[in-house]
Amino acid sequence: MRKTSFFWVSLLTLAQVSVSCKTEPDSPVPEVITPTPLTWTKPSYFPAPVYDLSKNPLTKEGVELGRFLFYDGILSRTDKIGCGTCHQQTAAFTHHGHDISHGVDDLLGTRNTPSVQNMAWNTSFFFDGGVHDLDGVPQVPIQNPVEMGERVGNVVEKLKKTPVLGAAKQVDYPKMFKAAFGTNEINADRMMQALSQFMLTMVSANSRYDYFKLGDASALTVQEKEGMTLFKQNCASCHSGELFTDNNFRNNGLIPNKINDQGRYAITLNESDRLKFKVPSLRNVGLTAPYMHDGRYYTLQEVLDHYANDQNSNSADVIYASPTLDPILQLSGQKQGIKLTPAEKQSIIAFLRTLNDEQFISDKRFSDPGVGTSL
Amino acid sequence: MKINFSYLSLYISVLFFATILVSCDGPQTVVDPNAKGSITIEFDNVVGARDLALNTGTYQNASGESFTVSKLNYFISNIKLLRVDGSSYTVPQDSSYFLVREADAASQEVKLNNVPTGEYSGIQFVVGVDSLRSAMEKSKRKGVLDENTGPTNEEAMYWDWNPGYIFLKLEGTSPAAMAPTGKFYYHIGGFGGLTAKTLNNLRTAKVDFGGKRAIVTDKLTPEVHLMADILKVFDGSTKVSIAKNGMVMFTDYSKFIADNYVNMFNLDHIHAD
Repeated sequence: MRKTSFFWVSLLTLAQVSVSCKTEPDSPVPEVITPTPLTWTKPSYFPAPVYDLSKNPLTKEGVELGRFLFYDGILSRTDKIGCGTCHQQTAAFTHHGHDISHGVDDLLGTRNTPSVQNMAWNTSFFFDGGVHDLDGVPQVPIQNPVEMGERVGNVVEKLKKTPVLGAAKQVDYPKMFKAAFGTNEINADRMMQALSQFMLTMVSANSRYDYFKLGDASALTVQEKEGMTLFKQNCASCHSGELFTDNNFRNNGLIPNKINDQGRYAITLNESDRLKFKVPSLRNVGLTAPYMHDGRYYTLQEVLDHYANDQNSNSADVIYASPTLDPILQLSGQKQGIKLTPAEKQSIIAFLRTLNDEQFISDKRFSDPGVGTSL
Repeated sequence: MKINFSYLSLYISVLFFATILVSCDGPQTVVDPNAKGSITIEFDNVVGARDLALNTGTYQNASGESFTVSKLNYFISNIKLLRVDGSSYTVPQDSSYFLVREADAASQEVKLNNVPTGEYSGIQFVVGVDSLRSAMEKSKRKGVLDENTGPTNEEAMYWDWNPGYIFLKLEGTSPAAMAPTGKFYYHIGGFGGLTAKTLNNLRTAKVDFGGKRAIVTDKLTPEVHLMADILKVFDGSTKVSIAKNGMVMFTDYSKFIADNYVNMFNLDHIHAD
């Protein structure tokens, strides 16, 4: 390969020399676009990323393209629903106040919008973990008939036709793809790579918990520190590590919902996976209500009441026993669930709120560049 | 058949004379062990004795249910041409993936080039996309295997939420269908699972040409005309009822449909050229 290119370069050089000798006007030199490399920094106490950054090195232009694509409704059949419609920054990229979300033509989905954060560390995506590669994530909402209801192939065709004459938003995607990838070719692989680049930059590690972790003992109150101890004793076996998830699939005893969502089972058809859902990260959990795979709980209080198997809140829910119920919730000789006093629950909730990352939800680098639509 | 035979004799005669001419001309030989030719496999979708007509034709399955077909697509891969002596020629894997679509006539003609000359007595292929290829990274899955571009994307022949190809997609309407739309849907896929073992609906079809032969020479490009009988999707080791199982996608039941459709292919005839 190298020899061949050397040959062609030599040939071209000779050709240019011969052209120069004739003192004809210089032929236009093709414009060489080199995207600006962007350094991706891992918080020191986070594990190594799962995503292979070497196969899709971040660049300033690639990330910027990804940000536009993330917010642009052009990804949907109606041109009105972007990723940012349901993944709103103020709610740590979830759909604030929505148990389930509405997509094109106000069609309803079946699961609660998960947060887009710290994607580099995810071993799988979605509540059922069907997808294992971040580059394979965007096509799922794009092509889901009740989310964006579009085909990726058609999105690529629409992007090629920008900027659209007379449109309110004049985005020149061929130009942006050229800036990000060197040539103005628009294809699905590049589109997914740009979206991944943007999502990889969305790292949340600036909460009060993180300041405490980095040595500022005053970052947490006494109650929050108590909550942290209780959390480690009672919750961290599943919500483990600095990402607060073991990336596993578990049945946490929720009563099956009306559509009888079987979770992970739909991917594996393995009986032992029935009613199991991905353990979500708890970073920014104070900002991402409602909770659970179907958004059935609107407050953290309800969530803890569920795990404690207490019916002292508005929720009538109890832990639902089924063959796949997580062993942690059924210790022998005691009531199902995790024993917690009301005061302990309050401390845990106080601790969970220290995982809120105000910087993350206001960082302009992650904000809508002016192409988005929020519903 | 008679026509084919006379064409064949004509060609053989022509070849024979050509040989003489060539022989007179010099030392070139006609029988070249490395000689390559081409062969075309046509996938003709039918319903019993009738040709399949999308949307307009009304048919009846083995359960006595009438139905129409609005969509029929399936993947054919890993083609092997069989010789009478038991040996075979395997089409190089990179060039052995095809998406047959009833709505696209060109997709029903699978042309294989660089085929060693000789006599072929049968064909074998996978209905679907083998697990090895299914698990490969995207750069190794282009052309009809590109899930984001071209026919596979347009026809939604890939499950993005549970990554893997849909091997066969049959949709239509039936008065027996329980869906409020009156439609039935068979989306059959499952290559065995990426991270854990799961449903494997890969099936290998084998069609023996009976006494017939497809003779590939450097001049003759035979066309093997296969028929795919849609009634077999509903009828085989399991009788599939639209009323009882009118919507089958990634579920255990899909294996019965895969077991049925693997037997839907048979030889109609062979054109010598």
